[in-house]
Amino acid sequence: MSVTASHKVELDRVVVRFAGDSGDGMQLTGSQFTYTSALLGNDIATLPDFPAEIRAPQGTVEGVSGFQVQIGAVDVHTPGDEADVLVAMNPAALRSNLKWLRPGGQLIVDLDDFESRNLKRAGYAADPLEDGSLEGYRVTRAPITSLTKEALKGVGLGTKDIVRCKNMFALGVVYWLFNRDPAKTLAFIADKFRKDPALVEANTKALQAGYHYAETVEALPSSYHIAPARIASGSYRHIAGNQATAWGLLAAAERLGSELFYASYPITPASDILHELSRHRGMGVLTFQAEDEIAAICAAVGASFAGTLAVTASSGPGIALKGEGMGLAVMAELPLVIVDVQRAGPSTGLPTKTEQADFNIALHGRNGESPVIVLAASSPAQCFEAAYTAAKLAIEHMTPVILLTDGYLANGTEPWRLPDVDAMPDIRRPTPPADTAVPFQPYLRDPDTLARFWATPGTPGLEHRIGGLEKEDVAGDISYDPANHQKMVNLRAEKVARVAEHIPEQDIRCEQSGKVLVVGWGGTYGALLTAVTELEVEGESVGLAHFHHLNPLPSNTEAVLSRFEHILVCELNSGQFARHLRSLFPGHDIRQFNKIQGLPFRVNEVKEKIMGLCHG
Amino acid sequence: MGERAVQVSDAAKLTKDDFASDQVVRWCPGCGDYAILSAMQKALPDMGVAREDLVFVSGIGCAARFPYYLSTYGFHTIHGRGPAIATGVKLANPALSVWEIQGDGDALAIGGNHFIHALRRNIDINILLFNNEIYGLTKGQYSPTSQQGLITRSTPHGSLERPFSAGEVALGAQATFFARTIDTNPKLMTGIFKAAEAHKGTSLVEVLQNCIIYNDKTHAMVTGKEHRDDHQLHLEHGKPMLFGADNCKGLRLNGLRLEVVEIGRDGITEADVMVHDAHDPDPTLHQMLVRLRPPEFPMALGVIRAVAAQTYDEALAQQLADGQARARVRSVKELLHSGETWEVS
Repeated sequence: MSVTASHKVELDRVVVRFAGDSGDGMQLTGSQFTYTSALLGNDIATLPDFPAEIRAPQGTVEGVSGFQVQIGAVDVHTPGDEADVLVAMNPAALRSNLKWLRPGGQLIVDLDDFESRNLKRAGYAADPLEDGSLEGYRVTRAPITSLTKEALKGVGLGTKDIVRCKNMFALGVVYWLFNRDPAKTLAFIADKFRKDPALVEANTKALQAGYHYAETVEALPSSYHIAPARIASGSYRHIAGNQATAWGLLAAAERLGSELFYASYPITPASDILHELSRHRGMGVLTFQAEDEIAAICAAVGASFAGTLAVTASSGPGIALKGEGMGLAVMAELPLVIVDVQRAGPSTGLPTKTEQADFNIALHGRNGESPVIVLAASSPAQCFEAAYTAAKLAIEHMTPVILLTDGYLANGTEPWRLPDVDAMPDIRRPTPPADTAVPFQPYLRDPDTLARFWATPGTPGLEHRIGGLEKEDVAGDISYDPANHQKMVNLRAEKVARVAEHIPEQDIRCEQSGKVLVVGWGGTYGALLTAVTELEVEGESVGLAHFHHLNPLPSNTEAVLSRFEHILVCELNSGQFARHLRSLFPGHDIRQFNKIQGLPFRVNEVKEKIMGLCHG
Repeated sequence: MGERAVQVSDAAKLTKDDFASDQVVRWCPGCGDYAILSAMQKALPDMGVAREDLVFVSGIGCAARFPYYLSTYGFHTIHGRGPAIATGVKLANPALSVWEIQGDGDALAIGGNHFIHALRRNIDINILLFNNEIYGLTKGQYSPTSQQGLITRSTPHGSLERPFSAGEVALGAQATFFARTIDTNPKLMTGIFKAAEAHKGTSLVEVLQNCIIYNDKTHAMVTGKEHRDDHQLHLEHGKPMLFGADNCKGLRLNGLRLEVVEIGRDGITEADVMVHDAHDPDPTLHQMLVRLRPPEFPMALGVIRAVAAQTYDEALAQQLADGQARARVRSVKELLHSGETWEVS
């Protein structure tokens, strides 16, 4: 971005990062800025960055909560590599977030917080505002706390409540900086605190004071304008990945004509799916908070046996516990959706940080020959379609489906063009044929999909017994016959393999053939697409194949790989999908680019890696 | 929450044989499980539940084969998880009568967590706990109900652990229904199975069952012909707690302890004997009854506790009904357009 001395600068995109103590309301501040910008027609992507601790000691680096948003007049697919503007509410926020601010970027700090005790708590030996360490940034030292106190004199609130309004002051400053009308946030404040007029007044005044402060004092060099993005017409809303997952499941249940049974045990970062679905008793949603992860999947398996769309979700540690339950659903051939909101592992790992290292457990994490369908969602909003597809494939193919999302998708938000739910593909319930034989044969199959039929308790004449013991083909009696076991293993594998005939072919973005094919899956889509698109514009011969269907793979996968000289599989793990592709498609030059830091890819590091391969 | 959708006319026509599946029963000859299966097949036609509305769920173990031998819907699942799976079945379709079959290892060791939470929630399912105080299917290791010191293949020097009492665990988990029966008394079993079905909430029935191979005669102090008069107390709600030959003995409360008294001795009459109140919400006396053990005391059999309380499934149905009555959003389309949205043209 080029900043001139003029007071208004036109920008294509800008990244703003808010950072403060976890009690400072940074998530709310960030989401208000996001929302206001979305209403102005900007394209947007956000990423909250909160600490694992609920309330770490005030003023410490561990207690810092951040929120990053990229707004653009052009397509925005990621929250941005680096921030153009960083708002740091205290020294700890500065210390832990300065690394995200690009050289020459705008830093706004609450000057009042930079006193010796807070500096010490944050681990600063010297005041960074004084010691020259912030040279190379534009620093605005705003006495946010004292100005907030001054502005709120006489509103009838105690000091503690008054100081809590300083996030609105900071938001006011940022609104002026980006020429945003604060009207929407003022309306939000009026609604949020409608039961307490003093709080409405205080937050309103703080926001206005911040805005006028920025306008008046000329502490900021200029203000910026980001034009509306040219995006497809339609109705839009903001959505986070977990909410989109929940809604996709609701849409599938509605289309199927079933209640939605959702059983889970609270775990970061999957719990928001439970929270969201729990709100919808009115839509016939049965949420069940189980006593543990195992009970959650088992209750879902029971609900599936009873004929309901059944779902469980967790993150890595919980998925590890659910393996036996998944195996039962594989053996009993019951539909089941398992959402894995991946986080950094192994073990407890980094609960609030993202990773893509559960590909292997999704594909292989059960005893015996136990194939399941594996899908991955690629953006917060795409979680809706991914969850719907997961439910559709589970039901129509009578099998468990694992949907991989991740912490980055779960908590990230983006504007979402609302789909026409009536136009979504039908979900066909595999009910037994009308002329089905009595007694019912539980392992009779649909010759096309090889799915068995879903005969559910309460239906006269279809009484049958299934379970985890190997069953005789068609009849479903317990069978220890060696040839039958081989046959059933083959049938279960073939059933999942045939799903490839029912899913779309893999597409390629940008160049359709040439030098380098970037391959990705899941939540890295935004970064990979941005990198590949920018390189294409720069004249490089590069395409992107981003996979949503991980097992089975789309039927044209090998053909896609064959169109390029080199393949670069980019993953937030040590190369799990790359190894899988190599084992399935030997003979291709499959390289890998991996990052395991609990963080998403930065566009620039991906570009650099691709460039190396283009010109290596 | 409505009554179960039963087809009494249909069910009434059925007999014991109609509830037998075409599978060959494969328990060891002489196993107590045969008698339990037979008593269940005999009780089912009298429950007023259509065959298609019955679901038998089980975990792993000898007992867990039970569903294969019944002509109802059945699901033989994984070790210890039966209560969780049965919970899912019941919540997805509350009209079903859901039975869950467990052994002592399944319920009280590997599945202990699911067992206590099912009871705590009071979901309207029936749990049959076949307690033979041993692991049978894995060929003879001690179980969480084995007596301390028991010599088994995994405890050649004697088991070190104190046994669980299923009834105490259940009452500690706020069970609303607990009954105990023995595999040698078909009449007692069928009566209790029917009482369990009639109870709204989680019904736990402990069946003292004999494993003829690995723990033969473990319940002989209760079931043996020579002991049964003195060591079996058949409880009935509203009836005095009498036992012994010709009901010559009874239980009475002495301070905070139960004691055995002889009718006619020291001026004791039937009027001094406690009357069983299975419906008392206070579980104190029920706890004392489930703890009784021979030889000092008789083993309490019959319905020890049956108290009315709201079930989880009833409460959930109420929330669903309330939610639907109040709902501002009734379809996904409405949901998508609810709250803050904006138009781009």
